[in-house]
Amino acid sequence: MITVRVRFFAGHRDIVGQAEQTYEVADHATVAELWQTLVTAYPRLAGYTGRLLFAVNQTFVEPSAQLHQDDEVAFIPPVSGGTEDANAAVPYYC
Amino acid sequence: MQPFLITAEPLDPAPLVAYVTTPEDGAVVTFAGVARNHFGGRPTASLYYEAYAEMAVPVLVQIADEARSRWKVGRIAVHHRVGKLTIGETAVLVVVAAPHRHEAFEAAEYIMDRIKAIAPIWKQEHWADGEVEWRD
Repeated sequence: MITVRVRFFAGHRDIVGQAEQTYEVADHATVAELWQTLVTAYPRLAGYTGRLLFAVNQTFVEPSAQLHQDDEVAFIPPVSGGTEDANAAVPYYC
Repeated sequence: MQPFLITAEPLDPAPLVAYVTTPEDGAVVTFAGVARNHFGGRPTASLYYEAYAEMAVPVLVQIADEARSRWKVGRIAVHHRVGKLTIGETAVLVVVAAPHRHEAFEAAEYIMDRIKAIAPIWKQEHWADGEVEWRD
């Protein structure tokens, strides 16, 4: 098992009730798997699935990115509920 | 003057315009996103912005680099406010210089779209009826 730190912002923080938490996850767990773990623990997070960006150590990563010991993970919803802009491709939605 | 900044202080476009203006560029576009008193027909009393501070500035730099790879532009500056904003206060400034106006307008719009899509900055609407809601 490895330990990672998860930062919660805005609506996520309101749902979770804390600005950050430490989680134990399996070796080689992915950020997408961690998100599913969080949704199971906090079902109200489910509404964000599919319109999130994932970041590890302040860098955007793909959903399949593997976590490492002491990583800082953040889930970033669009600032105003989604982009209306078709030509600005948004990578890494999970 | 820091070209890319997250700040709780009121925003002023003048230093950004001065920073981006160089003899090579004939166009300077300033976009200001301003706290508005309504959203979707519902009255707003104030706005609150929060940022993932350690990540937000590097993302603004990344977005500016994306714009530079798409248009021939000169200097770029982006300042974003956090904390409580009253109606009429500026939430974000995007200032872009370019040799010609088309590039400056298009790059400024692109940068603003990308900020709304990927910058780790969140807006909380404080409705006039007292309800509070994250716009995420």
